[in-house]
Amino acid sequence: MKSKHLEGFMKGVFLISAIMSIIAIIFICIFIFAGGIPFIQEYGLKNFLLGTEWKPSNTPASFGILPMILGSFYVTLGAIIIGVPIGVLTAIYLAKFCNKKLYKVLKPGINLMAGIPSIVYGFFALIVIVPIIRDIFGGTGMNILTASILLGIMILPTIISMSEAALRAVPDSYYEGSIALGASHEKAIMSVVVPAAGSGILSSIILGIGRAIGETMAVILVAGNQARIPQGLTKGVRTLTTNIVIEMAYAADQHREALIATAAVLFIFILIINGSFLIVKRRSKN
Amino acid sequence: MSKAIRFIVKLSALITFGVLFFIIGYILVRGIPNLRPSLFQLEYTTENVSLFPALITTLMLVGLALLIATPIGIFTGFYLVEYAKKGSRLVETIRIATETLSGIPSIVYGLFGMLFFVIYLNFQYSLLAGAFTVAIMVLPLIIRATEEALMSVNDSLREASFGLGAGKLRTIFKIVLPVAMPGILSGIILSVGRIIGETAALMFTLGTATKIPEGLFSSGRTLALHMYVLSTEGFHVNESYATGVILLLIVLIINGLSTFLTTKLTKGNENE
Repeated sequence: MKSKHLEGFMKGVFLISAIMSIIAIIFICIFIFAGGIPFIQEYGLKNFLLGTEWKPSNTPASFGILPMILGSFYVTLGAIIIGVPIGVLTAIYLAKFCNKKLYKVLKPGINLMAGIPSIVYGFFALIVIVPIIRDIFGGTGMNILTASILLGIMILPTIISMSEAALRAVPDSYYEGSIALGASHEKAIMSVVVPAAGSGILSSIILGIGRAIGETMAVILVAGNQARIPQGLTKGVRTLTTNIVIEMAYAADQHREALIATAAVLFIFILIINGSFLIVKRRSKN
Repeated sequence: MSKAIRFIVKLSALITFGVLFFIIGYILVRGIPNLRPSLFQLEYTTENVSLFPALITTLMLVGLALLIATPIGIFTGFYLVEYAKKGSRLVETIRIATETLSGIPSIVYGLFGMLFFVIYLNFQYSLLAGAFTVAIMVLPLIIRATEEALMSVNDSLREASFGLGAGKLRTIFKIVLPVAMPGILSGIILSVGRIIGETAALMFTLGTATKIPEGLFSSGRTLALHMYVLSTEGFHVNESYATGVILLLIVLIINGLSTFLTTKLTKGNENE
Protein backbone atom coordinates (compact mmCIF):
# COMPACT_ATOMS: atom_id res chain seq x y z
CA MET A 1 0.00 0.00 0.00
CA LYS A 2 1.40 3.29 -1.12
CA SER A 3 -0.13 5.53 1.52
CA LYS A 4 1.18 3.31 4.27
CA HIS A 5 4.72 3.83 2.98
CA LEU A 6 4.11 7.54 2.89
CA GLU A 7 2.79 7.51 6.47
CA GLY A 8 5.91 5.73 7.68
CA PHE A 9 8.22 7.91 5.61
CA MET A 10 6.69 11.16 6.83
CA LYS A 11 6.78 9.97 10.43
CA GLY A 12 10.51 9.46 9.90
CA VAL A 13 10.84 12.97 8.45
CA PHE A 14 9.04 14.47 11.45
CA LEU A 15 11.24 12.52 13.84
CA ILE A 16 14.43 13.65 12.10
CA SER A 17 13.22 17.27 12.19
CA ALA A 18 12.50 16.92 15.89
CA ILE A 19 15.98 15.63 16.56
CA MET A 20 17.52 18.62 14.72
CA SER A 21 17.33 20.81 17.85
CA ILE A 22 19.27 18.22 19.82
CA ILE A 23 21.85 17.97 17.04
CA ALA A 24 22.13 21.76 16.93
CA ILE A 25 22.82 21.95 20.67
CA ILE A 26 25.42 19.20 20.44
CA PHE A 27 27.17 20.89 17.51
CA ILE A 28 27.17 24.27 19.23
CA CYS A 29 28.71 22.74 22.36
CA ILE A 30 31.32 20.81 20.37
CA PHE A 31 32.46 23.76 18.28
CA ILE A 32 32.50 26.35 21.05
CA PHE A 33 34.21 24.09 23.58
CA ALA A 34 36.59 22.45 21.11
CA GLY A 35 37.66 25.93 20.04
CA GLY A 36 38.07 27.23 23.58
CA ILE A 37 39.17 24.44 25.88
CA PRO A 38 42.61 23.72 24.30
CA PHE A 39 43.54 27.35 24.88
CA ILE A 40 42.34 27.26 28.49
CA GLN A 41 44.39 24.12 29.09
CA GLU A 42 47.45 25.72 27.64
CA TYR A 43 47.07 29.07 29.36
CA GLY A 44 45.74 27.71 32.65
CA LEU A 45 42.15 28.00 33.85
CA LYS A 46 43.12 30.06 36.86
CA ASN A 47 45.22 32.51 34.84
CA PHE A 48 42.42 32.84 32.34
CA LEU A 49 39.47 33.29 34.71
CA LEU A 50 41.24 35.25 37.45
CA GLY A 51 43.85 37.10 35.41
CA THR A 52 43.33 40.86 35.76
CA GLU A 53 45.12 41.88 32.58
CA TRP A 54 43.81 41.52 29.05
CA LYS A 55 46.63 42.59 26.75
CA PRO A 56 46.55 40.42 23.65
CA SER A 57 49.11 42.47 21.73
CA ASN A 58 51.78 42.51 24.45
CA THR A 59 54.72 40.07 24.31
CA PRO A 60 54.13 37.84 26.11
CA ALA A 61 50.41 38.45 25.70
CA SER A 62 48.16 38.26 28.74
CA PHE A 63 44.62 36.95 28.51
CA GLY A 64 42.94 37.43 31.86
CA ILE A 65 39.18 37.82 31.56
CA LEU A 66 38.39 38.77 35.15
CA PRO A 67 37.75 42.39 34.08
CA MET A 68 35.15 41.19 31.56
CA ILE A 69 33.54 38.75 33.99
CA LEU A 70 33.21 41.55 36.53
CA GLY A 71 32.02 43.90 33.79
CA SER A 72 29.25 41.51 32.76
CA PHE A 73 28.37 40.99 36.41
CA TYR A 74 28.12 44.70 37.22
CA VAL A 75 26.06 45.75 34.22
CA THR A 76 23.73 42.79 34.74
CA LEU A 77 23.35 43.63 38.42
CA GLY A 78 22.64 47.23 37.47
CA ALA A 79 20.07 46.13 34.91
CA ILE A 80 18.35 43.97 37.53
CA ILE A 81 18.29 46.80 40.08
CA ILE A 82 16.68 49.11 37.52
CA GLY A 83 14.58 46.68 35.52
CA VAL A 84 13.14 44.28 38.08
CA PRO A 85 11.16 46.69 40.31
CA ILE A 86 9.79 48.63 37.34
CA GLY A 87 9.06 45.45 35.39
CA VAL A 88 7.35 43.54 38.19
CA LEU A 89 5.29 46.56 39.25
CA THR A 90 4.25 47.17 35.63
CA ALA A 91 3.22 43.51 35.41
CA ILE A 92 1.13 43.97 38.56
CA TYR A 93 -0.45 47.02 36.98
CA LEU A 94 -1.29 45.15 33.78
CA ALA A 95 -2.64 42.08 35.56
CA LYS A 96 -4.56 43.69 38.41
CA PHE A 97 -5.03 47.43 38.06
CA CYS A 98 -5.63 48.37 34.48
CA ASN A 99 -9.05 48.17 32.83
CA LYS A 100 -9.74 45.98 29.83
CA LYS A 101 -9.85 48.77 27.27
CA LEU A 102 -6.50 50.19 28.27
CA TYR A 103 -5.04 46.68 28.47
CA LYS A 104 -5.88 46.07 24.83
CA VAL A 105 -3.63 48.99 23.93
CA LEU A 106 -0.86 48.42 26.48
CA LYS A 107 -0.33 44.69 26.01
CA PRO A 108 0.69 44.96 22.34
CA GLY A 109 2.96 47.77 23.53
CA ILE A 110 4.92 45.27 25.64
CA ASN A 111 5.16 42.89 22.67
CA LEU A 112 6.38 45.79 20.55
CA MET A 113 8.98 46.60 23.17
CA ALA A 114 10.22 43.02 22.98
CA GLY A 115 10.40 43.30 19.19
CA ILE A 116 12.45 46.47 18.92
CA PRO A 117 15.90 45.42 17.62
CA SER A 118 18.69 45.72 20.17
CA ILE A 119 20.66 47.94 17.83
CA VAL A 120 17.82 50.49 17.96
CA TYR A 121 17.92 50.44 21.76
CA GLY A 122 21.69 50.82 21.61
CA PHE A 123 21.53 53.71 19.17
CA PHE A 124 18.87 55.43 21.29
CA ALA A 125 21.06 55.05 24.38
CA LEU A 126 24.06 56.40 22.49
CA ILE A 127 22.16 59.45 21.27
CA VAL A 128 20.01 60.21 24.33
CA ILE A 129 21.27 58.54 27.52
CA VAL A 130 25.02 58.97 26.97
CA PRO A 131 24.87 62.80 26.69
CA ILE A 132 22.66 63.03 29.79
CA ILE A 133 25.08 60.91 31.85
CA ARG A 134 28.00 62.89 30.43
CA ASP A 135 26.40 66.16 31.52
CA ILE A 136 25.71 64.90 35.03
CA PHE A 137 28.87 62.92 35.81
CA GLY A 138 31.41 64.21 33.30
CA GLY A 139 33.73 61.94 31.34
CA THR A 140 32.58 60.26 28.14
CA GLY A 141 29.20 59.18 29.43
CA MET A 142 29.93 55.62 28.33
CA ASN A 143 30.08 53.61 31.52
CA ILE A 144 28.54 51.00 33.82
CA LEU A 145 25.65 53.28 34.74
CA THR A 146 24.67 53.96 31.11
CA ALA A 147 24.92 50.30 30.18
CA SER A 148 22.85 49.35 33.24
CA ILE A 149 20.09 51.80 32.36
CA LEU A 150 20.04 50.56 28.78
CA LEU A 151 19.93 46.89 29.81
CA GLY A 152 17.37 47.67 32.51
CA ILE A 153 15.09 48.98 29.76
CA MET A 154 15.85 46.07 27.44
CA ILE A 155 14.92 43.38 29.97
CA LEU A 156 11.60 45.04 30.84
CA PRO A 157 9.47 43.18 28.24
CA THR A 158 10.85 39.79 29.31
CA ILE A 159 10.15 40.46 32.98
CA ILE A 160 6.78 42.08 32.38
CA SER A 161 5.22 39.44 30.14
CA MET A 162 6.39 36.48 32.22
CA SER A 163 5.51 38.07 35.56
CA GLU A 164 2.11 39.07 34.24
CA ALA A 165 1.41 35.50 33.14
CA ALA A 166 2.48 34.26 36.58
CA LEU A 167 0.19 36.76 38.31
CA ARG A 168 -2.75 35.79 36.12
CA ALA A 169 -2.19 32.11 36.88
CA VAL A 170 -2.84 32.67 40.59
CA PRO A 171 -6.36 31.36 41.33
CA ASP A 172 -8.95 34.09 41.97
CA SER A 173 -9.88 32.40 45.25
CA TYR A 174 -6.63 33.68 46.80
CA TYR A 175 -7.61 37.26 46.08
CA GLU A 176 -11.25 36.77 47.03
CA GLY A 177 -10.37 35.04 50.28
CA SER A 178 -8.08 37.88 51.21
CA ILE A 179 -10.73 40.47 50.40
CA ALA A 180 -13.29 38.52 52.45
CA LEU A 181 -10.93 38.73 55.41
CA GLY A 182 -11.05 42.50 55.13
CA ALA A 183 -7.94 43.32 53.11
CA SER A 184 -8.02 46.18 50.63
CA HIS A 185 -7.55 45.55 46.88
CA GLU A 186 -3.92 46.69 47.07
CA LYS A 187 -3.17 44.77 50.26
CA ALA A 188 -4.71 41.56 48.86
CA ILE A 189 -2.58 41.81 45.72
CA MET A 190 0.68 42.72 47.40
CA SER A 191 0.57 40.30 50.32
CA VAL A 192 -1.33 37.38 48.79
CA VAL A 193 -1.35 37.33 44.99
CA VAL A 194 2.23 38.50 44.38
CA PRO A 195 3.84 36.01 46.82
CA ALA A 196 1.74 33.23 45.29
CA ALA A 197 3.18 34.14 41.88
CA GLY A 198 6.67 34.23 43.40
CA SER A 199 8.35 31.43 41.49
CA GLY A 200 6.93 32.67 38.16
CA ILE A 201 8.25 36.14 38.91
CA LEU A 202 11.59 34.65 39.93
CA SER A 203 11.89 32.77 36.66
CA SER A 204 11.12 35.99 34.75
CA ILE A 205 14.02 37.62 36.60
CA ILE A 206 16.34 34.71 35.77
CA LEU A 207 15.41 35.02 32.10
CA GLY A 208 16.04 38.75 32.34
CA ILE A 209 19.52 38.06 33.75
CA GLY A 210 20.20 35.75 30.80
CA ARG A 211 19.09 38.42 28.38
CA ALA A 212 21.26 41.08 30.04
CA ILE A 213 24.41 38.93 30.16
CA GLY A 214 23.98 37.88 26.56
CA GLU A 215 23.28 41.32 25.09
CA THR A 216 26.10 42.49 22.87
CA MET A 217 25.61 45.06 20.15
CA ALA A 218 23.64 47.57 22.19
CA VAL A 219 26.15 47.40 25.05
CA ILE A 220 29.14 47.96 22.76
CA LEU A 221 27.79 51.36 21.78
CA VAL A 222 27.47 52.72 25.33
CA ALA A 223 29.75 50.81 27.73
CA GLY A 224 33.09 52.39 26.82
CA ASN A 225 34.70 48.96 26.35
CA GLN A 226 37.90 49.47 28.35
CA ALA A 227 39.39 46.09 29.19
CA ARG A 228 40.29 46.76 32.82
CA ILE A 229 38.85 45.93 36.21
CA PRO A 230 35.78 48.20 36.56
CA GLN A 231 36.70 51.25 38.64
CA GLY A 232 33.30 52.65 39.47
CA LEU A 233 29.77 53.34 38.32
CA THR A 234 30.82 56.14 36.04
CA LYS A 235 33.83 54.39 34.53
CA GLY A 236 33.96 52.51 31.26
CA VAL A 237 33.54 48.77 31.25
CA ARG A 238 33.85 45.82 28.90
CA THR A 239 31.66 42.72 29.08
CA LEU A 240 32.34 39.14 27.96
CA THR A 241 30.10 39.54 24.92
CA THR A 242 31.55 42.81 23.74
CA ASN A 243 35.10 41.50 24.20
CA ILE A 244 34.37 38.89 21.54
CA VAL A 245 32.82 41.23 18.99
CA ILE A 246 35.35 44.03 19.33
CA GLU A 247 38.42 41.89 18.76
CA MET A 248 37.17 38.95 16.69
CA ALA A 249 37.44 40.84 13.42
CA TYR A 250 41.23 41.11 13.57
CA ALA A 251 42.27 38.43 16.09
CA ALA A 252 44.54 35.60 14.99
CA ASP A 253 46.06 32.44 16.47
CA GLN A 254 46.20 32.44 20.27
CA HIS A 255 44.29 35.70 20.54
CA ARG A 256 41.46 34.21 18.52
CA GLU A 257 41.41 31.07 20.62
CA ALA A 258 41.27 33.25 23.74
CA LEU A 259 38.16 34.94 22.34
CA ILE A 260 36.51 31.61 21.60
CA ALA A 261 37.40 30.58 25.15
CA THR A 262 35.69 33.78 26.33
CA ALA A 263 32.58 32.63 24.48
CA ALA A 264 32.90 29.22 26.15
CA VAL A 265 32.92 30.87 29.58
CA LEU A 266 29.91 32.99 28.61
CA PHE A 267 28.16 29.86 27.32
CA ILE A 268 28.73 28.06 30.63
CA PHE A 269 27.27 31.01 32.54
CA ILE A 270 24.23 30.91 30.26
CA LEU A 271 23.85 27.15 30.71
CA ILE A 272 23.89 27.64 34.49
CA ILE A 273 21.29 30.41 34.24
CA ASN A 274 19.12 28.34 31.89
CA GLY A 275 19.43 25.33 34.17
CA SER A 276 18.24 27.28 37.19
CA PHE A 277 15.42 28.72 35.08
CA LEU A 278 14.27 25.21 34.15
CA ILE A 279 14.47 24.08 37.77
CA VAL A 280 12.43 27.04 39.03
CA LYS A 281 9.89 26.48 36.26
CA ARG A 282 9.54 22.77 37.01
CA ARG A 283 9.11 23.51 40.68
CA SER A 284 6.40 26.08 40.06
CA LYS A 285 4.50 23.57 37.92
CA ASN A 286 4.37 20.94 40.67
CA MET B 1 -0.54 52.36 52.52
CA SER B 2 -3.00 51.39 49.80
CA LYS B 3 -2.58 54.76 48.19
CA ALA B 4 1.21 54.43 48.20
CA ILE B 5 1.02 50.99 46.57
CA ARG B 6 -1.38 52.22 43.95
CA PHE B 7 0.91 55.16 43.29
CA ILE B 8 4.13 53.20 42.77
CA VAL B 9 2.38 50.57 40.64
CA LYS B 10 0.97 53.25 38.38
CA LEU B 11 4.24 55.16 38.36
CA SER B 12 6.13 52.06 37.20
CA ALA B 13 3.65 51.43 34.40
CA LEU B 14 3.96 55.08 33.43
CA ILE B 15 7.76 54.79 33.30
CA THR B 16 7.62 51.62 31.19
CA PHE B 17 5.22 52.96 28.61
CA GLY B 18 6.75 56.42 28.78
CA VAL B 19 10.14 54.97 27.86
CA LEU B 20 8.64 52.88 25.05
CA PHE B 21 6.74 55.86 23.67
CA PHE B 22 9.78 58.10 23.97
CA ILE B 23 12.14 55.71 22.18
CA ILE B 24 9.77 55.15 19.27
CA GLY B 25 8.76 58.80 19.09
CA TYR B 26 12.33 60.03 19.25
CA ILE B 27 13.61 57.76 16.48
CA LEU B 28 10.61 58.49 14.25
CA VAL B 29 10.66 62.27 14.75
CA ARG B 30 14.40 62.56 14.21
CA GLY B 31 14.55 59.90 11.54
CA ILE B 32 11.67 60.52 9.15
CA PRO B 33 13.09 63.86 7.89
CA ASN B 34 16.27 61.94 7.04
CA LEU B 35 14.52 59.43 4.81
CA ARG B 36 15.81 60.91 1.59
CA PRO B 37 15.24 59.20 -1.76
CA SER B 38 19.01 58.94 -2.24
CA LEU B 39 19.09 56.40 0.57
CA PHE B 40 17.13 54.05 -1.65
CA GLN B 41 19.59 53.99 -4.50
CA LEU B 42 20.76 50.64 -5.76
CA GLU B 43 24.43 51.25 -5.02
CA TYR B 44 26.12 51.91 -1.70
CA THR B 45 28.95 54.41 -2.00
CA THR B 46 31.05 56.14 0.62
CA GLU B 47 29.35 59.46 -0.23
CA ASN B 48 25.85 58.05 -0.27
CA VAL B 49 25.49 55.27 2.29
CA SER B 50 22.38 53.89 0.66
CA LEU B 51 20.39 51.51 2.81
CA PHE B 52 18.69 49.88 -0.16
CA PRO B 53 21.23 47.03 -0.62
CA ALA B 54 20.86 46.25 3.10
CA LEU B 55 17.08 46.20 2.73
CA ILE B 56 17.28 43.68 -0.11
CA THR B 57 19.86 41.59 1.77
CA THR B 58 17.56 41.56 4.80
CA LEU B 59 14.68 40.24 2.68
CA MET B 60 16.91 37.59 1.10
CA LEU B 61 18.24 36.47 4.46
CA VAL B 62 14.77 36.29 6.03
CA GLY B 63 13.44 34.27 3.09
CA LEU B 64 16.33 31.84 3.11
CA ALA B 65 16.34 31.38 6.90
CA LEU B 66 12.59 30.73 6.92
CA LEU B 67 12.98 28.24 4.10
CA ILE B 68 15.31 26.28 6.38
CA ALA B 69 13.69 26.82 9.77
CA THR B 70 9.96 26.69 8.99
CA PRO B 71 9.67 23.07 7.77
CA ILE B 72 11.96 21.79 10.52
CA GLY B 73 10.12 23.78 13.18
CA ILE B 74 6.63 22.80 12.03
CA PHE B 75 7.59 19.15 11.57
CA THR B 76 9.08 19.12 15.06
CA GLY B 77 5.76 20.45 16.34
CA PHE B 78 3.93 17.69 14.43
CA TYR B 79 6.15 15.07 15.96
CA LEU B 80 5.88 16.42 19.51
CA VAL B 81 2.11 16.88 19.49
CA GLU B 82 0.73 14.32 17.05
CA TYR B 83 3.15 11.39 17.24
CA ALA B 84 5.34 11.29 20.34
CA LYS B 85 4.23 9.79 23.63
CA LYS B 86 3.80 12.61 26.14
CA GLY B 87 6.56 12.65 28.69
CA SER B 88 8.77 10.15 26.89
CA ARG B 89 12.50 10.57 27.33
CA LEU B 90 12.97 11.77 23.73
CA VAL B 91 10.26 14.42 24.10
CA GLU B 92 11.84 15.64 27.33
CA THR B 93 15.26 15.83 25.67
CA ILE B 94 13.88 17.74 22.70
CA ARG B 95 12.11 20.12 25.06
CA ILE B 96 15.28 20.78 27.05
CA ALA B 97 17.20 21.24 23.79
CA THR B 98 14.76 23.82 22.41
CA GLU B 99 14.59 25.67 25.74
CA THR B 100 18.38 25.78 25.88
CA LEU B 101 18.55 26.98 22.27
CA SER B 102 16.19 29.83 23.05
CA GLY B 103 18.42 31.02 25.90
CA ILE B 104 21.72 31.05 24.01
CA PRO B 105 22.92 34.63 23.39
CA SER B 106 23.17 35.65 19.77
CA ILE B 107 26.92 36.26 19.96
CA VAL B 108 27.43 32.58 20.83
CA TYR B 109 25.32 31.68 17.78
CA GLY B 110 27.43 34.05 15.77
CA LEU B 111 30.67 32.47 16.90
CA PHE B 112 29.33 28.96 16.33
CA GLY B 113 28.16 29.98 12.86
CA MET B 114 31.59 31.36 12.12
CA LEU B 115 33.43 28.26 13.37
CA PHE B 116 31.07 25.75 11.76
CA PHE B 117 29.50 27.23 8.62
CA VAL B 118 32.05 29.86 7.66
CA ILE B 119 35.27 28.00 8.47
CA TYR B 120 34.59 24.28 8.91
CA LEU B 121 32.17 23.97 5.98
CA ASN B 122 34.05 26.70 4.14
CA PHE B 123 30.97 28.78 3.25
CA GLN B 124 33.00 31.99 3.83
CA TYR B 125 31.08 35.08 4.96
CA SER B 126 27.92 34.41 3.03
CA LEU B 127 24.18 34.62 2.82
CA LEU B 128 23.97 30.88 3.36
CA ALA B 129 26.15 30.85 6.51
CA GLY B 130 24.09 33.72 7.95
CA ALA B 131 20.79 32.07 7.04
CA PHE B 132 21.72 28.75 8.66
CA THR B 133 22.89 30.51 11.81
CA VAL B 134 19.73 32.56 12.31
CA ALA B 135 17.58 29.59 11.24
CA ILE B 136 18.86 27.63 14.26
CA MET B 137 18.27 30.70 16.37
CA VAL B 138 14.56 31.05 15.49
CA LEU B 139 13.87 27.32 15.50
CA PRO B 140 12.66 27.26 19.14
CA LEU B 141 10.25 30.12 18.42
CA ILE B 142 8.63 28.27 15.52
CA ILE B 143 8.53 24.95 17.41
CA ARG B 144 6.89 26.60 20.42
CA ALA B 145 4.27 28.37 18.31
CA THR B 146 3.47 25.22 16.32
CA GLU B 147 3.18 23.12 19.46
CA GLU B 148 0.82 25.57 21.12
CA ALA B 149 -1.27 25.97 17.99
CA LEU B 150 -1.59 22.21 17.47
CA MET B 151 -2.45 21.59 21.10
CA SER B 152 -5.24 24.13 20.94
CA VAL B 153 -6.91 22.22 18.09
CA ASN B 154 -9.91 20.37 19.45
CA ASP B 155 -9.41 16.59 19.58
CA SER B 156 -12.92 15.99 18.27
CA LEU B 157 -11.74 17.28 14.88
CA ARG B 158 -9.02 14.63 14.77
CA GLU B 159 -11.41 11.90 15.89
CA ALA B 160 -13.98 12.89 13.31
CA SER B 161 -11.32 12.72 10.60
CA PHE B 162 -10.08 9.31 11.74
CA GLY B 163 -13.69 8.14 12.01
CA LEU B 164 -14.25 9.01 8.38
CA GLY B 165 -11.32 6.81 7.46
CA ALA B 166 -8.62 9.41 6.89
CA GLY B 167 -5.05 8.43 7.73
CA LYS B 168 -2.90 10.27 10.23
CA LEU B 169 -0.97 12.25 7.62
CA ARG B 170 -4.13 13.34 5.84
CA THR B 171 -5.70 14.34 9.14
CA ILE B 172 -2.69 16.45 10.05
CA PHE B 173 -2.35 18.26 6.73
CA LYS B 174 -6.04 18.62 5.79
CA ILE B 175 -7.75 19.02 9.15
CA VAL B 176 -5.35 20.03 11.93
CA LEU B 177 -2.92 22.27 10.05
CA PRO B 178 -5.52 24.66 8.58
CA VAL B 179 -7.05 25.21 12.03
CA ALA B 180 -3.64 25.71 13.64
CA MET B 181 -2.36 27.96 10.84
CA PRO B 182 -2.90 31.40 12.44
CA GLY B 183 -0.94 30.36 15.53
CA ILE B 184 1.91 28.91 13.49
CA LEU B 185 1.95 32.00 11.28
CA SER B 186 2.22 34.31 14.25
CA GLY B 187 5.26 32.30 15.38
CA ILE B 188 6.81 32.63 11.94
CA ILE B 189 6.14 36.35 11.90
CA LEU B 190 7.83 36.75 15.29
CA SER B 191 10.80 34.85 13.86
CA VAL B 192 10.96 37.33 10.99
CA GLY B 193 11.12 40.11 13.57
CA ARG B 194 13.90 38.35 15.43
CA ILE B 195 15.96 37.84 12.25
CA ILE B 196 15.50 41.43 11.12
CA GLY B 197 16.67 42.74 14.50
CA GLU B 198 19.66 40.43 14.70
CA THR B 199 23.21 41.77 14.60
CA ALA B 200 25.64 39.80 16.75
CA ALA B 201 24.85 36.45 15.14
CA LEU B 202 25.30 37.84 11.65
CA MET B 203 28.41 39.94 11.94
CA PHE B 204 30.78 36.98 11.63
CA THR B 205 28.59 34.77 9.43
CA LEU B 206 26.90 37.03 6.90
CA GLY B 207 29.64 39.60 7.12
CA THR B 208 29.18 43.30 6.46
CA ALA B 209 29.71 43.70 2.70
CA THR B 210 27.86 46.70 1.32
CA LYS B 211 26.62 45.24 -1.94
CA ILE B 212 23.53 43.18 -2.67
CA PRO B 213 24.70 39.54 -2.51
CA GLU B 214 25.10 38.03 -5.96
CA GLY B 215 24.53 34.50 -4.79
CA LEU B 216 24.16 32.20 -1.83
CA PHE B 217 27.89 32.34 -1.19
CA SER B 218 28.43 36.07 -1.21
CA SER B 219 28.38 38.38 1.77
CA GLY B 220 26.04 41.26 2.52
CA ARG B 221 24.69 43.24 5.45
CA THR B 222 21.22 43.42 6.89
CA LEU B 223 19.56 46.68 7.94
CA ALA B 224 20.40 46.09 11.60
CA LEU B 225 24.05 45.41 10.76
CA HIS B 226 24.08 48.48 8.51
CA MET B 227 22.78 50.56 11.40
CA TYR B 228 25.38 49.07 13.74
CA VAL B 229 28.27 49.82 11.39
CA LEU B 230 27.03 53.37 10.82
CA SER B 231 26.60 53.94 14.58
CA THR B 232 30.10 52.73 15.44
CA GLU B 233 31.71 54.75 12.67
CA GLY B 234 29.88 57.82 13.89
CA PHE B 235 30.07 59.74 10.59
CA HIS B 236 26.54 59.04 9.45
CA VAL B 237 24.22 59.73 12.38
CA ASN B 238 21.40 60.94 10.12
CA GLU B 239 21.55 57.78 8.05
CA SER B 240 21.53 55.74 11.25
CA TYR B 241 18.29 57.49 12.23
CA ALA B 242 16.81 56.74 8.83
CA THR B 243 17.76 53.06 9.08
CA GLY B 244 16.29 53.01 12.59
CA VAL B 245 13.01 54.34 11.21
CA ILE B 246 12.85 51.60 8.58
CA LEU B 247 13.62 48.95 11.20
CA LEU B 248 10.97 50.34 13.56
CA LEU B 249 8.37 50.47 10.80
CA ILE B 250 9.03 46.83 9.92
CA VAL B 251 8.78 45.85 13.59
CA LEU B 252 5.53 47.80 13.97
CA ILE B 253 4.02 46.02 10.96
CA ILE B 254 5.22 42.63 12.17
CA ASN B 255 3.80 43.14 15.64
CA GLY B 256 0.54 44.41 14.24
CA LEU B 257 0.22 41.30 12.06
CA SER B 258 1.08 38.97 14.92
CA THR B 259 -1.40 40.66 17.29
CA PHE B 260 -4.07 40.48 14.58
CA LEU B 261 -3.46 36.76 14.05
CA THR B 262 -3.47 35.99 17.77
CA THR B 263 -6.77 37.80 18.35
CA LYS B 264 -8.19 35.98 15.35
CA LEU B 265 -7.01 32.73 16.85
CA THR B 266 -8.54 33.35 20.28
CA LYS B 267 -11.79 34.49 18.66
CA GLY B 268 -11.84 31.32 16.57
CA ASN B 269 -11.53 29.25 19.72
CA GLU B 270 -14.34 31.11 21.44
CA ASN B 271 -16.69 30.19 18.61
CA GLU B 272 -16.09 26.49 19.01
